[in-house]
Amino acid sequence: MKVPISWLKDFVDLEGVAIEDLAHTLTMAGLEVEEIRYLGLPIPSGQQLAKLSGLAWDREKIVVGEIREVGPHPDADRLVLCRLFDGEKEHSVLTGAPNLFEYKGQGELKPPLKVAYAKEGAELYDGHQAGLNKMILKRTKIRGVESYSMVCSEKELGISEEHEGILFLNAEAVAGTPLADVLGDAVFDIAITPNIARDANIYGVAREVSALLQRPLKPMPIEVQTDGPKIEGAARIEISEPELNPRFVLGLIREIQIQPSPEWVRRRLTLAGMRPINNIVDATNYAMLELGEPLHAFDYDVLVQRAGGQPPVISTRRAKSGEMITTLDGVQRKLDDFTVLVCDTAGSLSLGGVMGGLESEVTENTRTVLLEGAAWNFINIRKTLNAQRLSSEAGYRFSRGVHPAMAPRGVQRGLELMRQWAGGQVAADLVDEFPLPPQSSVVQISPQDARRWLGVELSTGQLSDILQRLGFEVKTQGETLTVTSPDHRLDIGEGVIGKADLMEEVARIYGYDNIPATRLGDDLPPQRANRSLEIEERIRDLLVRQGLQEVATYRLTSPEQEARRLPAGTPPDDKPYTRLSNPISQERTVLRKSLLASVLEIVERNANIRERLAFFEIGPVFRASESGPLPDELPRLVLALRGPRQPAHWQSGDGDTQDFYDIKGAVSTLLNSLGLRELQFEPAAHPAFHPGKCARVLADDQPLGVFGELHPQVQTEYDLGGDPVQAAALNLDTIYDLVPERFDSQSVPAYPPVLEDLALVVDESLPAGQVEALIRQTGGKLLTGLALFDVFRGEQIGVGKKSLAYQLTYQNAERTLTDEDVAKLRQRIIRRLEQELGAQLRA
Amino acid sequence: MLAELDKIHKGALAAAAQVIDQAGLEEWRSQYLGKNAVLTQSLKQLGGLSAEERPQAGQKINQVKQALEAAFEERKAALQADKLQQALDTERLDVTLPGRAMPLGRLHPITQTLRRINAIFAEMGFQVYRSRDVETDEYNFLLLNFPPNHPAREMQDSFYVEGGSADNPLLMRTHTSAGQIHAMREFSAESPENPPPVRIVLPGMCYRYEQVSARSEVQFTQVEGLAVGEDITFGDLKGTLTDFARRFFNADVRTRFRASHFPFTEPSAEMDVECFVCGGKGCSVCKHSGWLEILGSGMVHPNVLRNGGYDPERYSGFAFGMGPERLTMLRYRIEDIRYFWRNDLRFLEQF
Repeated sequence: MKVPISWLKDFVDLEGVAIEDLAHTLTMAGLEVEEIRYLGLPIPSGQQLAKLSGLAWDREKIVVGEIREVGPHPDADRLVLCRLFDGEKEHSVLTGAPNLFEYKGQGELKPPLKVAYAKEGAELYDGHQAGLNKMILKRTKIRGVESYSMVCSEKELGISEEHEGILFLNAEAVAGTPLADVLGDAVFDIAITPNIARDANIYGVAREVSALLQRPLKPMPIEVQTDGPKIEGAARIEISEPELNPRFVLGLIREIQIQPSPEWVRRRLTLAGMRPINNIVDATNYAMLELGEPLHAFDYDVLVQRAGGQPPVISTRRAKSGEMITTLDGVQRKLDDFTVLVCDTAGSLSLGGVMGGLESEVTENTRTVLLEGAAWNFINIRKTLNAQRLSSEAGYRFSRGVHPAMAPRGVQRGLELMRQWAGGQVAADLVDEFPLPPQSSVVQISPQDARRWLGVELSTGQLSDILQRLGFEVKTQGETLTVTSPDHRLDIGEGVIGKADLMEEVARIYGYDNIPATRLGDDLPPQRANRSLEIEERIRDLLVRQGLQEVATYRLTSPEQEARRLPAGTPPDDKPYTRLSNPISQERTVLRKSLLASVLEIVERNANIRERLAFFEIGPVFRASESGPLPDELPRLVLALRGPRQPAHWQSGDGDTQDFYDIKGAVSTLLNSLGLRELQFEPAAHPAFHPGKCARVLADDQPLGVFGELHPQVQTEYDLGGDPVQAAALNLDTIYDLVPERFDSQSVPAYPPVLEDLALVVDESLPAGQVEALIRQTGGKLLTGLALFDVFRGEQIGVGKKSLAYQLTYQNAERTLTDEDVAKLRQRIIRRLEQELGAQLRA
Repeated sequence: MLAELDKIHKGALAAAAQVIDQAGLEEWRSQYLGKNAVLTQSLKQLGGLSAEERPQAGQKINQVKQALEAAFEERKAALQADKLQQALDTERLDVTLPGRAMPLGRLHPITQTLRRINAIFAEMGFQVYRSRDVETDEYNFLLLNFPPNHPAREMQDSFYVEGGSADNPLLMRTHTSAGQIHAMREFSAESPENPPPVRIVLPGMCYRYEQVSARSEVQFTQVEGLAVGEDITFGDLKGTLTDFARRFFNADVRTRFRASHFPFTEPSAEMDVECFVCGGKGCSVCKHSGWLEILGSGMVHPNVLRNGGYDPERYSGFAFGMGPERLTMLRYRIEDIRYFWRNDLRFLEQF
């Protein structure tokens, strides 16, 4: 909300308070000043509390000027020459301002016109360019006449966008006075959070300032001079839904003259961010900005006409579902059954609390105004705004809650402003229907509450003082304060919630800075194990040690993007996607089902950035659940490797490319390190992988996941570069279940081992795993190590055969092994290999 | 003969000094100490000497032989030393050529930040509590004191998820605060009459319906914290979070607490830390304010305590929430939030 400091000063004395200090005080108390716009006043340099904008007016170069005569330009009809006195001497000033033309050729002006006069070298905004561009006023020649100074428009001074004519000042302004002393101002843009909705008006902010600075707050300006006959009989109100419309107030002003508002009013409204329209509309807006009660002005004569010459009956009711109204913005709107309409006997007039209708609007012919101020259920107004996708100043305030007590106050203020600016007589009294007065909240607090919530010692006197400064009524009895909330706020709850609400107010005004920082002294909670997190973090560390880079990806994706992980034509799985009902883009419409797809996208993104890629990600995938509407969130781990085993180097080494056995090694190393020592591997079929280069890993007969070389079609579907990508997709939930809590360590052998090589020739089709299993089984406890060190194929051993060479380690924990021990065991192993697997010892 | 031997001795030593390599030295040895060497031959001539001369000559021959053997070893060592020196003089690497990089794995920068945050709070007794990404309106909003159509809901645009009911839609959580209720309900259920104190941090992925830009993302991580007990005050909130800031940023960092508003806390506060780039003087990072907005916090709202099974007349607590992306961006002066989920190695490799 935009708050001109000059307006604030109507209600609280700010003498001696620097603008920046005031902004800081408000910000710290929860009224965050997001921007300070300077209008002529000096802009501080250095540290800034908020975004600063605007223009400082040089005190020497921009002053009040006095136009004494307006004469013609020798050879330009659209320019005039002004004789202007700047407090010291007279100047001849050239201008094209159309609002001076009427004075042309009138001779000496009595009284003279007071204007903003800028001298050579002054910094101003360029009035001829769109937007705000600063410029320095330079000496120049226009149509043969020398010009070194100018009379300014509002735009040139940064007051508004107005550049049609120059700005006129009050007649009292003294020539030569720095303009900053006459018009200098600053406008705060304050973020109004929902808890301070009551401050979405100048008086509300002034109340906060008064409480924070401990300066008196002037009374609310609600006096109205009523010269006209009583309103009684001029209009009637019928409310059918007091829950939605607890109060409705009407006031009347007759014999008004519609015309532009006074200059200062237009300027003030502009500074506060509203466009001046005419004196009647401006009065409703001004009163709303000042007190926070949105008002609506009806053309009374139109209403009487619609009522067939009778006094109008204004009623409020729920709309019928599908009922239509055309609002002031020209939009024809279809309404819901919760929308409240303001109607007369001829039909609907406006969307209650939100926006007026077209028909009964004030026009330039309006002579009598019926002014509405009402109270509305804020939740219902919010629903209406959301349903109608509409925003308005009235809707903004009513949807955050305006106290019903503000309705007559707003109407009185509006009528008085109309009387002052449009003439006319205000009818005595108001028509006031108030079927549902709100309960004032009454809360009891004590210094103990401040101690318990805030950790600060405050006396009953201090508490009472703070709350009274904000308008609360406080009765103190012993240690207990009975606090009644004032009739401008609806946010104080009952009981313990009311206490919390009051503690917030106490803390804000006492100052967060003044509450001492302490360390937690409360009991520590029972400590709880967090097994899945602990294992997850171990996995991260292990994979990083293996040289993999962790990535983190989007969990929202699209079925099309995920489909790329499978070769075209793969039948879709039967698990449906969990879908967003309001996706923001076509790329993110569902929750991912595959972490592999997410990681492959990252491989793709980096495919041309580095040769060697080694990634992993830990994160959930989402699957429709059988047990309820919430999807299952299943923890997954994906690894992906591509390119050379070692990072690129100038001295090219072996340049080996990571293959199936690298991903298998990465998976086994990880799982072994987690304590899963007994892993089984078996060929597996998974559409994302090469059918001949894909395996499943199991532990305790439970599948942990699959890994392998990416299917060539998938490799091309993503732009992954030449080397095939090796990937693994593991189910962390199963791994969490299987990782042992602990394990038994092995003692370091005291006796020497016997090492022996064994080279076997077997059929190509025989899986090495079977050979290994048989050796281990036969070797029993004495065989403590078995390592494959060579696989060979060649003519020497025959077509369809391969040679597997193992190093065996024999060891006995109790004694040194003899050659005979080893020879016996070796013979047993060879015999079984020959008999059961058809292996031959290689010569 | 003795004179002859002296002559041989001298001649051999002179020849040894002339030897320049291993092969030459071997030749020298066979010449002077080999089977056909004069010295070896002279042993055979001993028989022809008189009984008086014989021991004298034999002794002399042995002396010369030993001297020549010593000379051989000496010369051999000298030649080896020469050779090594020569090698050392010629084997020169260009030490400015790049070294061979080890394939180093790294944690994602957000994981690194999350770990730092979690570790600091762990030392203050806060344990990690995790909950789901997809939530119900009830847990994400209602139980956290966001009534339907409440203005505060506007501050958080949500992604809704198909499958919920009209009065309790499903959505991607907009904050990890949803976990506060899960945690409090879980703990209070253990002992409903006497719920245990709570000290947890809730890290996790959150989602907001926002256009992606350099400043905002549809998905972001958050760490919330919650402390509930019978003696927890706003002063404790200030102290705990200031301690955190001092650990996370630096030991002298100044903090300030500004009044703010969150539906699930009251009073609420934003914590700023003095800009660590400019030391509070004002710079482009802190937008010339000297302060950086770091986290939101406040005393847990009585409705939230009650919804978690904690009696607000007896228990109080504070909660806070911060964005690891923002903290990471400030710490490393990262300019674009989209870098985090893009995972370009040229970015990731920097951390």
